[in-house]
Amino acid sequence: MPRPEHQAPPEIFYNEDEAAKYTSNTRITAIQAEMSMRAVELLNLPEGETAYLLDLGCGSGLSGEILDEDGHIWVGLDISPSMLDIAVQKDVEGDLFLQDIGDGLGFRPGTFDGAISISVLQWLCNADKSCHDPWARLQRFFTTLFMCLRNGARAVFQFYPENDSQIERIMAAAMKCGFTGGLVVDYPNSQSARKYYLCLFAGQDSSGKKQALPKALGEEEGDAGVNGVAYERSRQVPAF
Amino acid sequence: MLQCHAKGCDDPAKNFPLEISDFTKEEIEAEKNKDFLVRMLPKLEWNALYTTAVKLGITGLPETLPSDAETNDEFLSALHTVLLEVHIKEGKMTCNGCNHVYPIKDGVPNMLLAEHEI
Ligand SMILES: C[S@@+](CC[C@H](N)C(=O)[O-])C[C@H]1O[C@@H](n2cnc3c(N)ncnc32)[C@H](O)[C@@H]1O
Ligand SMILES: [Zn+2]
Repeated sequence: MPRPEHQAPPEIFYNEDEAAKYTSNTRITAIQAEMSMRAVELLNLPEGETAYLLDLGCGSGLSGEILDEDGHIWVGLDISPSMLDIAVQKDVEGDLFLQDIGDGLGFRPGTFDGAISISVLQWLCNADKSCHDPWARLQRFFTTLFMCLRNGARAVFQFYPENDSQIERIMAAAMKCGFTGGLVVDYPNSQSARKYYLCLFAGQDSSGKKQALPKALGEEEGDAGVNGVAYERSRQVPAF
Repeated sequence: MLQCHAKGCDDPAKNFPLEISDFTKEEIEAEKNKDFLVRMLPKLEWNALYTTAVKLGITGLPETLPSDAETNDEFLSALHTVLLEVHIKEGKMTCNGCNHVYPIKDGVPNMLLAEHEI
């Protein structure tokens, strides 16, 4: 099956039909919930505190529901009116915005304690309009995201990379915009369970300790380090 | 907490706060969470929040941030209402820098920009 992001722009692909199918499919809801929980875990928030979080590409609110369960207050952004309609009908707790994250975010500096994004980032790597330059959009997105996170906050993106060079370019764009961090690959040895989480750090946390990349799940003893690829800011950024 | 994000609209004196008009609002009760509010305090630009609240017809917020804000329960309760309970159902937000109008429908602001604004 062709990748959804190659079929149509997101606001067209996630039309009324697809949005309804997506949200009522029990297999999808279970997977999105599981990945959202893992993303929140990777955010490494202070135990028991209500955080103010961003859900980037929140869709119909499947990922946001997990944030609710954990007692967080969240703001969700999505480009698909049909997905947001379902979220409104479900009366999700988060505040919703119809927004193309590739245009950049307009939140005030230091607003959020963290951000998650579940199954969205691969969409940003496409040019859906003639005026779109995916890499310029990624830059604008990461720059404005960095600004609206408080110092030391993390942003965790579960996504479906198309190939290694796409991963490289996404990471290079993020590092160029000030983030550190890297990729956590859970269950790297299982074709079906393997999941990619881009974990970005917006500066050091308040203790001044250097943030360490979390460990992946389901790695065989001995090959750790191969699958948790850390990238430093000082790393050479390829020109593209 | 929102400023205009149109490209080139970066005059900080004008692109924030967005001006809300022609609105309908509703209040939905939300769970009280004092610690959360206290952590939000340093993130707020008081003047912008105050003037926006007044425009929305919400009284109860003081014109300046009280010095005992973190422990003043009456104040925190008013802040709780403004930040977490008042929702704009319909209306528009206008940027005073570039005049872009962001419409709000069904409680969801439309932040999409036109091609020349990105
Ligand atoms: C697979 S869904 C995931 C939705 C939700 N995070 C979840 O876990 O159920 C991907 C979502 O990304 C949104 N999306 C894609 N590109 C986007 C963009 N440029 N800006 C905002 N949202 C976008 C789509 O509209 C869609 O709702
Ligand atoms: Zn503007």
